[in-house]
Amino acid sequence: MTEISALKSRLLADIAAADTADSVETLRVGALGKNGVVTALLKTLGGMSPDERLEKGPAIQDLRESVAGAIAVRKAALEQAALDARLAAERIDMSLPADLGPVGSVHPVSQVMDELAEIFADLGFSVATGPEIEDDWHNFTALNIPETHPARAMHDTFYFPDGEADGQKRMLLRTHTSPVQIRTMMTQAPPIRIIAPGRVYRSDSDATHTPMFHQIEGLVIDRGITLGHLKWTLETFLKAFFERDDIILRLRPSYFPFTEPSVEVDVGYTLVNGQRVIGGSGNDKDGGWLEVLGSGMVHRKVIENCGLDPDEWQGFAFGTGVDRLAMLKYGMTDLRAFFDGDLRWLRHYGFSALDVPTLSGGVGA
Amino acid sequence: MKFTLSWLKEHLETDADLLTILETLTNIGLEVDGVENPAERLGAFRIAKVLSAEPHPQADKLQVLAVDAGDGPLQVVCGAPNARAGLIGVFGSPGAVVPANGMVLKVAAIRGVESNGMMCSFRELELGDEHDGIIDLPGDAPVGQVYAAWAGLDDPVIDVSITPNRQDCMGVRGIARDLAAAGIGSLKAITIPTINGQGAGPDVRTEDASGCPAFFARSVTGVTNGPSPQWLQRRLKAIGQKPISALVDITNYVSVDLGRPLHVYDMATLNGGLVARKAQDGEQVLALNGKTYTLDPRMTVIADDAMVHDIGGIMGGAHSGAQDGTTQVLIECAYFTPESIAVTGQALGLTSDARTRFERGVDPAFLDDGLSIATQMVLDLCGGTASEATRAGAPPAAGRSVEYTPTRVLALAGVDVAEDIQARILESLGFGVSVGDIWTIAIPSWRRDIDGAADIVEEVVRIYGLDKVPSTPLPRAPGVARPTATPEQMIERRVRRTAAARGFNEAINWSFLSEKEAASVGGGDWVLANPISEDMKVMRPSLLPGLLAAVGRNMDRGAASVRLFEIGRRYFATGERATAGIVLAGEKMPRSWQTGKAQGFVAHDVKAEVLALLAAAGAPIANLQSFGEAGGAYHPGQSGTLRLGPKAVLAEYGMLHPALARQFGLSGSVAAAEIFLDAVPVKRRASFMRAPFTPPALQAVKRDFAFLVPDAIDADALVRAVKGADKKYIVDARLFDLFVGPGVEDGHKSLAVEVTLQPGEKSFTDEDLIAISGAVVKAAEKLGAVLRG
Repeated sequence: MTEISALKSRLLADIAAADTADSVETLRVGALGKNGVVTALLKTLGGMSPDERLEKGPAIQDLRESVAGAIAVRKAALEQAALDARLAAERIDMSLPADLGPVGSVHPVSQVMDELAEIFADLGFSVATGPEIEDDWHNFTALNIPETHPARAMHDTFYFPDGEADGQKRMLLRTHTSPVQIRTMMTQAPPIRIIAPGRVYRSDSDATHTPMFHQIEGLVIDRGITLGHLKWTLETFLKAFFERDDIILRLRPSYFPFTEPSVEVDVGYTLVNGQRVIGGSGNDKDGGWLEVLGSGMVHRKVIENCGLDPDEWQGFAFGTGVDRLAMLKYGMTDLRAFFDGDLRWLRHYGFSALDVPTLSGGVGA
Repeated sequence: MKFTLSWLKEHLETDADLLTILETLTNIGLEVDGVENPAERLGAFRIAKVLSAEPHPQADKLQVLAVDAGDGPLQVVCGAPNARAGLIGVFGSPGAVVPANGMVLKVAAIRGVESNGMMCSFRELELGDEHDGIIDLPGDAPVGQVYAAWAGLDDPVIDVSITPNRQDCMGVRGIARDLAAAGIGSLKAITIPTINGQGAGPDVRTEDASGCPAFFARSVTGVTNGPSPQWLQRRLKAIGQKPISALVDITNYVSVDLGRPLHVYDMATLNGGLVARKAQDGEQVLALNGKTYTLDPRMTVIADDAMVHDIGGIMGGAHSGAQDGTTQVLIECAYFTPESIAVTGQALGLTSDARTRFERGVDPAFLDDGLSIATQMVLDLCGGTASEATRAGAPPAAGRSVEYTPTRVLALAGVDVAEDIQARILESLGFGVSVGDIWTIAIPSWRRDIDGAADIVEEVVRIYGLDKVPSTPLPRAPGVARPTATPEQMIERRVRRTAAARGFNEAINWSFLSEKEAASVGGGDWVLANPISEDMKVMRPSLLPGLLAAVGRNMDRGAASVRLFEIGRRYFATGERATAGIVLAGEKMPRSWQTGKAQGFVAHDVKAEVLALLAAAGAPIANLQSFGEAGGAYHPGQSGTLRLGPKAVLAEYGMLHPALARQFGLSGSVAAAEIFLDAVPVKRRASFMRAPFTPPALQAVKRDFAFLVPDAIDADALVRAVKGADKKYIVDARLFDLFVGPGVEDGHKSLAVEVTLQPGEKSFTDEDLIAISGAVVKAAEKLGAVLRG
């Protein structure tokens, strides 16, 4: 056993026994520092004869490498242990609740309007708008609703006070979205395909009527458009909206002053656990018909009133309640709750911001 | 419009079953609202004879009857005063359900005596109001038979809703005609009686050719008024009308049967002749419904020398109506103009069966016939002698026709209907058809609604069957559907979904406010003349009141934190403005193990939301300037506006003014904002291509500056000034510290700004940096800010 190997054994044992980073550092300085024992041995190499160096050199080099290696290993081990100890001390109760932040919602009426816009965009319809404070010409006269029509009566229509008595048009709250038909036909050259959703107003209030509600109007003006196109459009729209292929429509002759022929549209439903589920024939067992749309071929007087030639241009119009469509699709039962702003209701029936209706992802959510 | 199946069959010869008739009615546009057969509810009630009646041992007012309902005697306890041996009445056996109250009859002991059913009154069977005693039938009523069948009640009552264009179907005959056209049997001929009038007709005139162009009348003397015959009463009762007396019942019957309203006057109550004229302003009449109406000169009345007797075509007067003692009557059969009826009816708020018919336009060619039919019925049921008819004026009964080409059906309805079928349909509806290159269609006098070829198409198609119209796809543009949303619509969609993503719940509030609510936000330009209530009177000039009211309701329900938004319009004399309103109320953060006590909202919380929503809308938020003047709804010191230039206000926001919070009953922190979506500049995209990506070669340098600034200077102004100090190298300036307190002189604040400098081709030299710093300090000094040492 030489001196060197004895020194090595001692140093390695000391390093292994060091239990703090500081004591490892003290050992490093004592061995490998400027005045360290290993450093001193390395310095002796310079004064040796070549033979002597050949004999002792490798042992001294081995000593230096072993000690340096052992110090590095020991240091790393101690750092790891220290980190482990710190992390262990930093443990917290991960079962404590985390704050998700507030969760918002989109109103069902807005959602359904977006759904309708998406479906009708695929059929080539754009979305048109018009004022809610209308004049009686756009709301009634242009739509072939004469002065004495009951719909003009005070009990249905919200009016504003008469303007100056110089033949000014009487202002009112639009009772339907149909004046948008007029405004579109007067400003846009055919062919026309639009839908017009929006707020409408009638002086009516009970469980199923509110003085403000939402309608959507559809209008197609082109050459050669027939009742058959209307039928297809409504079938296609309702199938896409309810995402069901078993939608069955029943068309009934009806009367609206601004369409001729006029058609009321019922959709078949089936009673499932006491709820009306759209789909199937209304004539089936457990079935029934729900009136969902008013429609017809645009009256030639209306087309004329808009400055178009009714012998060249014809088409169809339809209208339905957006709130009602939402109720039929998503199962709300009380219309008044739509306009109450009750957070509980909005969270229950509302939609996530990311439920954007798309054709690929589905228009329903 | 209600009628019974047997009534329909007075006009329609048919073998069709009820279900087929109902389906056809709906299919041809006469929508069936309901159908009910009273006999189905009365099937368990049979005709029975009281064999004996003995006093009840325990009760003075009760009797113990032995009743035979066809199966031998049954013991029945009865309290009716008219119960007696030999009476034939109607008996409900155990198990039967009493229509009036839903009670199920069962064997029971009444005051200790067993009773095996019930002898019924009319009211208990819902056949009338009589409840003085049990039903007392004629002696020949067949004991044991089902009562309803014997009494002719086995007759379904059909209720159809008639669209306003079809006055002809306000009479049973019109409905029968439509059904016959649709292939349900054939329309029976109607016989118009010939009246051999004795003596001159009554003195009637019309002075109002616009409101009442024709006034036809006959008088009948020597009549005996009283209850009308059973068949007539039964029909009226079946459709929910109350029989009154023969004379009144006749007018009601003709009105429902033929859609021809009439009026009968007791001539003994009249002073001189009757004239149709415009009412005088303020003239009054006590109508048959017991109410007094004040009239004006727009309204047509029938009056004698002394008073008004009839609101023409709407309701008769109480003074001259037919009574039990009436012996001489005047039967009025007039034509009132629909427009005039509508004006009067609306002005008086008065509806009646007559108004419903005249307003839609009765058959102007049916005055003579209607008068003859009514007169004959009076003669038949009440006796007497009829006068000649007086015919004052003339109804607008000129024949009308329309030119028509049968190809219109295919062109408009998309269904091909053979010409012979079209002609048959039209003829069966009463139209005259002259075939040719262009057909001439004579319009029947009762179809006032027809005035063009499209109407003829509708007639053909509704009878032929809408179900036969083939579903025809709309022509589709080649390729994938194109985008349709306008930039304005996209702004609304983005703002809506961003708000929802940031934790707001979307509400939809009324467009109208109370005057008080409107006044709290500056008052509205549009005030309704006929609001449904005082709470819904003024079109909103702001979305805040609706949102605040909704916050209040939620707080009242116990909500601790409310974040609501609404996207809708504000209404001004100058137009309607698309607006997003938001409100933050109550707790921003609930109390929490992390953050301690609950925290309320502060003004900059709502500013952050406003900026986020404006960014979503596409507004250039880096260029927005912060101004004051948010308006009286907000805390004057904690509110502001964001503008693009001094005039274009994009948003108002801030803490709510305490006075407004109090008005809506809100406590705690409330912050709110309105974003004026129509003021956001619309970006029209020229190309999808983005500018090339060219990151700077050299790293940016950051330098901090702290300034002593007078309180009156806004931080925004300082940051803008700093940012503008060197347009070439300063790319950003961000305020990161605000300090007031020791070391900062009174009336001042310390603001620290981090400035980002972007070198170009080569790194900054010390001289460059000194020059830029000097420019920054100089720009700040112009505002009165001093660099802190």
